Amino acid sequence: MNFKRLLVLLTLPLMICLPALAQDKIVTGKVTDSKDGSALANATVSVKGTSIATQTGTDGTFKIKVPSSATTLVISSIGFGNVEAAIGNGNIQVKLTSTSAVLGEVVVIGYGTARKKELTGSISTVSSKDFQEGSITSAEQLIQGKVAGVSITPGGGQPGSGSTIRIRGGASLNASNDPLVVIDGVPLSSVNLQGINPSDIETFTVLKDAAATAIYGSRASNGVIIVTTKRGKSGKPVYNFTTQLSGSGISKEYPVLSAAQFRNFVNTNGSASQAAMMGTASTDWQKQIYQTAITTDNNLSVTGAFKNIPYRISGEYLNQTGVLKTDNLQREALSISLTPRLLDNHLKVDINVHGSNTDQRNANTGAIGNAVSFDPTQPVTSGKATFGGYYEWTTNDTTPNSLSNRNPVALLQQYNAQNHALRSFGNIQLDYKAHFLPDLHANLNLGYDVAKYTGTTQIPAYAAQSYNSVPNLRGANNQYYNGYFNKVMEFYLNYNKDIKSIKSNINAVAGTGYYDNYYHNNNYANYSASNVLEPGSTPVYPNSFSEVTLESYYGRLIYTYNSKYILMGSVRTDGSSRFGPSYRWGVFPSGAFTWRINQENFLKNSKVISDLKLRISDGITGNQDGIGFYNYLNYYSQSGNTSQVNFGNNFYNFWSPSAYAADLKWEETETKDAGIDFGFFNNRITGSIDYYYKKTSNLLATVYVPTLTNFGNQLTRNVGNMTDEGVDLNINVAVVKNKNFTWDVGFNVAYNKFTITNLSVSQDSLAKLVNYAVGGISGGTGNTIQVHSVGYQPYSFYVLQQVYTTNGKPIEGAYVDQNRDGIINQSDLIHYKSPFAPFTFGFSTGITYKKWSFSTVLRASIGNYMYNNAASNLAVTRNVLNPVGFLQNSPSAILNTNFYNNQFFSSYYVENASFLKMDNLSVSYNVGALSNNKYRLRLSLNYQNVFTVTKYTGSDPEIYGGIDNVLYPRPRIITLGANLGF
Amino acid sequence: MFYIHVQELSHWVQTWDSNHMKFKLRNMKNILFKIPLSIILFTAMFISCSKDLNRLPANSVFTDSVYSNAAGYKLQLANVYAGYVLTGSNGPGSSDIAGVDAGTSDFIRCLWNVQELSTDEAVCAWGDPGVPDFHNMSWTSSDPILIGLYSRSIYQITLCNDYITHCTSTVLQSKGITGTDATNIGIYNAEARFLRAFQYSVLMDAFANPPFATETTPVGPLSFPKQISRANLFTYVTSELLSCSSAMAAPRQNEYGRADQAAAWALLARLYLNAGVYTGTTKYDSAIIYANKVISAGYSLHPHYANLFKADNNLNNPEVIMAIPYDGLNTQTYGGTTFLVNSACVNSTYTAGSPGYAMSSANYGVPSGGWGGNRATANLPALFPTADTTVDKRGIFLNTTGVTSTINSIATFSQGIPVVKFTNMTSAGVQAEPTAGGTFVSTDFPLFRLAEQYLIYAEATLRGGAGGNAATALNYMNLLRQRAYGNTSGNFASIALSDILNERGRELYWECFRRTDLIRYGQFTSGSYLWPWKGGVASGTGVDGHYNIYPIPVTDLQANSNLTQNTGY
Repeated sequence: MNFKRLLVLLTLPLMICLPALAQDKIVTGKVTDSKDGSALANATVSVKGTSIATQTGTDGTFKIKVPSSATTLVISSIGFGNVEAAIGNGNIQVKLTSTSAVLGEVVVIGYGTARKKELTGSISTVSSKDFQEGSITSAEQLIQGKVAGVSITPGGGQPGSGSTIRIRGGASLNASNDPLVVIDGVPLSSVNLQGINPSDIETFTVLKDAAATAIYGSRASNGVIIVTTKRGKSGKPVYNFTTQLSGSGISKEYPVLSAAQFRNFVNTNGSASQAAMMGTASTDWQKQIYQTAITTDNNLSVTGAFKNIPYRISGEYLNQTGVLKTDNLQREALSISLTPRLLDNHLKVDINVHGSNTDQRNANTGAIGNAVSFDPTQPVTSGKATFGGYYEWTTNDTTPNSLSNRNPVALLQQYNAQNHALRSFGNIQLDYKAHFLPDLHANLNLGYDVAKYTGTTQIPAYAAQSYNSVPNLRGANNQYYNGYFNKVMEFYLNYNKDIKSIKSNINAVAGTGYYDNYYHNNNYANYSASNVLEPGSTPVYPNSFSEVTLESYYGRLIYTYNSKYILMGSVRTDGSSRFGPSYRWGVFPSGAFTWRINQENFLKNSKVISDLKLRISDGITGNQDGIGFYNYLNYYSQSGNTSQVNFGNNFYNFWSPSAYAADLKWEETETKDAGIDFGFFNNRITGSIDYYYKKTSNLLATVYVPTLTNFGNQLTRNVGNMTDEGVDLNINVAVVKNKNFTWDVGFNVAYNKFTITNLSVSQDSLAKLVNYAVGGISGGTGNTIQVHSVGYQPYSFYVLQQVYTTNGKPIEGAYVDQNRDGIINQSDLIHYKSPFAPFTFGFSTGITYKKWSFSTVLRASIGNYMYNNAASNLAVTRNVLNPVGFLQNSPSAILNTNFYNNQFFSSYYVENASFLKMDNLSVSYNVGALSNNKYRLRLSLNYQNVFTVTKYTGSDPEIYGGIDNVLYPRPRIITLGANLGF
Repeated sequence: MFYIHVQELSHWVQTWDSNHMKFKLRNMKNILFKIPLSIILFTAMFISCSKDLNRLPANSVFTDSVYSNAAGYKLQLANVYAGYVLTGSNGPGSSDIAGVDAGTSDFIRCLWNVQELSTDEAVCAWGDPGVPDFHNMSWTSSDPILIGLYSRSIYQITLCNDYITHCTSTVLQSKGITGTDATNIGIYNAEARFLRAFQYSVLMDAFANPPFATETTPVGPLSFPKQISRANLFTYVTSELLSCSSAMAAPRQNEYGRADQAAAWALLARLYLNAGVYTGTTKYDSAIIYANKVISAGYSLHPHYANLFKADNNLNNPEVIMAIPYDGLNTQTYGGTTFLVNSACVNSTYTAGSPGYAMSSANYGVPSGGWGGNRATANLPALFPTADTTVDKRGIFLNTTGVTSTINSIATFSQGIPVVKFTNMTSAGVQAEPTAGGTFVSTDFPLFRLAEQYLIYAEATLRGGAGGNAATALNYMNLLRQRAYGNTSGNFASIALSDILNERGRELYWECFRRTDLIRYGQFTSGSYLWPWKGGVASGTGVDGHYNIYPIPVTDLQANSNLTQNTGY
């Protein structure tokens, strides 16, 4: 017993006995990481049993005024175990030990948590310190490129545009391929991360295999993403202010003929009258519609405790301007988290409320395509009063040519769409640890998500984009209103018991869930700019609503023997209102086995292998999202006001029957997964590799049904099968790790391949030939470029094989006659490539040196193909020199093809769109404590979309679905950021 | 239920919150009691939630209420007719048929492409899927327009089959529908049977051996209908028409837009004329009988040929036996006459007086339309004395400056003579009531009109049908000529079979007859009659005889293993 402790022991009774004599005193100390002795900043130091607390500075030191009655300090920090230290005289030295080293990092899994080292499923976690940096306005982009097998494809550069998220590629054709997103235990009704402040997010946990996801049963076929938001910490209020200023601009224009090239082309190929149609200007239309855009994003958060209730409150104001002129988004978000612990810590209460208000002016994105195709010899303004002064193609001076494209600048400036979104979601979660049986927890989670969207679209009467031959019907003044209200209730019991006598741990969960989604919208008629009702636009019903409900029961048992062998089994049953009473309930079981090989004696003392774990799992998950709500019912809907039948002098709004499949049921995906988690050299190198094989049966697909048997020739039915196999690998290396210098490298690679194995309601062998046309393209009427075919990847391109000259130029109209019948027609179409990349890669690295840190994220995709629709549609002479009275510009592809007529189905337009992208390059400087430790400041500079390496010639090699009609450009963004803590 | 629990929980959480240190021991029993209780309550709530899984669509109804009274039967008769009037029930962009663009899934648009684009009467500039294959005579079983026609005809048959099941006397009695209501529903039922027979006749003509089902096959459950042979289908269709016609309204006594007995007779006459093609056995006697029944039913030729195809052709029209009624405002589709008018003109920059101005869509009542697609090959105007209306008023062509009759490039609209027979202008020369888009057409499409019956009578008589009179046949032909010429200068002195085919070309061009006529005359696929770009060759070429019948669409072949493809495909 050292002297200090003795002193404490001696003073203790004195202090209790003589409270009147109590006086405050100052205690100082330093908190360090037990691993390497480095200082721990922002650790919370509180006086046990009180709300008195402070935080450590960047050098790990703290200074706290404590009542003389205080005896013990509690020191805590996220990711470290709590330590209690007795208050003595003089400096207190505290070493915190990383929880990953003590208890093992805790990971959220469905309905509970698990120690990372004992996980049975394929689970990846990305926490806030590893998020993508820079101007991230949509939450899912935080983990882009960070997780093997998770692809996140932003919809484009428009403010507020969401992304397409695919975990191991998805599992369905016509049902949803979106993963289930669970925020703070509350499953969202769809991947809807709009209006969520990205800086409120603490971790993303991605559940990939059935062992991890099957507990979510029917909605888990496409994987699950669990999001946890930040929580309050006890202690005195700590403020954190982050401000970002970004400038963005487009990285390249879509390649088109310049005004000079265009003049030359028209003069060479066009008639004299066509040459005469050219103007004298040289307009770069793309330059006219894009701008350098400024975005500011400010976040203020405060965490602390109010009367023992830890809280976190954060607010955001985002003002994001789009690179397309007139595009702007403003968002105010407020989040409140309260986490009281009651009943002597037996009742944990978590309350989270998030609210946001988004005001957006949406630009008319039609301007993007028109800027590609508008004649570059024409001026922006005509010098005349018509059409608001903008140049337009006309049939006479006052009538716009209804077949021509429109002035891109006018499309933007004469279109005012104001959208207003209000959203709030949140939950209250009560976790009660039974007084009579502390191993038993009862957990109740009640969540809601409510949103309201309203907006107006106004187009002036003089605008060519909304011309009407009837003068008072010109322009537009329209409105919309829709919204949803989703309710979630989860209740489960969790029993977790270590039975030391038999070296066992039992972790059991049983629960139930109820999920209800209600959507409503008001239907409005259309009005002209002068508020005249557009004939026929009056809706039959002023409003409509729809509702879908899911009810679930689930259970899971995890048995761990000797921390070495882990067996997991789960089962869930879900009932969905999407199916008829006899087909409503689906059962989704899973099982898994994990062997922690490094716990075996032969490895226990290995200096090289610090972690080695084998995981094997098999399970069935379901899918019912993404199909209609009422597909099993034969219901009748009244025909619209422009769809009436005329008998005599009367028009009738008849009742139209729906096609239906009364026996519609769950789609099921069986996933087998074998994985190895490994760590070498004291976990300086960690990683995992997984092989998976998914088989989807009873595939919900929209297929042709035998005619004469239903009210329609296609129907969403349970037909066919699809398989999906792949490998995920990720490796993280702490290359250098010491006090002043750290270097981390993360690398992931995924291989994935789908095959459709059956797709028909008929079991005939002919079914093998079936091709379901998908992938509608621009140009012509009803053209499609992709097919679902048995034996091929979904969305395979279906094209005619182009014939080339010896020097590699495509010959117009010359295709390989596959069946040698002397005719080139649909029978000669071939399956050619797919938009889905078999290989995707992610690479991130971060270096910290003293106060400096550098990081970058790169992503690559190999073997994905893209149909260049803008080129196939516009890069032909017939488009430039059409017979209907106007000229159009062409993509530069015309210089290579010299095609006269559209060759939509030429394999020439299916291009290899493999790419390497540097998403992010950032540098930050941690200024550290300022003004006597009152403030902590961190500065950062970030560059997004640094470069793209690709052979693809269109707008962007990364467009979900593989059809390029000129994407809203993903801008290059430079962001200056400052983070101030106080 | 949900909210009660939230409140209750929050209540006892608050109670504990304020006093929790002391409360703990005292309320142990309470806690022990409340937690299990709440679990029980939640479980009870979930059980009560099970009924929440019965969600029903808003603004919708079910079969029982649709057919609850006579008015409902009338509305659903409109639904049966909608099968060929509209593409879908939710505006012109909607379609009941998948696998083909909504506008292209329209009945008349598909039928027109199938019957006209494959012949000398039309070519189309568009490269849309399936379109070029018609003129090239290289269509396949995956042609979307064939899928469209096949599925559209069958869709309407399906509506008819379903409708008929609700019209039995047992069903009506069970609903308490009697008296006049029941009588009217009997007429509706007969019309549904007529429409079904009509669509089966379309399928018989185009696809020969379609799958077959009647009202005995329930709509909804999965089943695999069997094919019917062309000859058996002929027997079925004609006997159905004979049977249902007796229950239909008398000629010219039904509401406009609905079928009457004359429509059934007109269809019978048409089918009997072609019986040799369908069954191998001619039935010219019967063709004459039913043509006669129509001719003597009180119809007369419209004095102005051109007005048969104008926007007010629903008014004062003594000639049309049955039409598909369109309305630019209330009955919108991108098919029908909207397709026929818009595809035959352009929305151009031509100013008044300039060459080509005549092609401008505004001249045809569709100022915002004009899709520049369909026009004639040189063979169609060549049937006329001049390629305009100066001699024969039926030659409604645009033989004007800027247009060539020679087609070097099918994709160029101005090559080939535009046909502007269908228009959205009224007989008074003004645009039909303007609509929001300036695109939709109010002109009705004549499915059956008297002139065809005259031609059937003449041809059946000339081909030796019993009961026909040669002089009457010649007279009927000359009635058409006199209307066309305005006097007797164009009258035939005598007629040969080839005169009748040519006269059908002049009288009925672009009305969906040509392919059937050429097949009856053996001229559709053979090299005996050529037209520009027949078979995909500029000078025209014969193709294999299997193209006389269209292939069963691959989409149905693969969905229904009971089907066998037609020979040659």
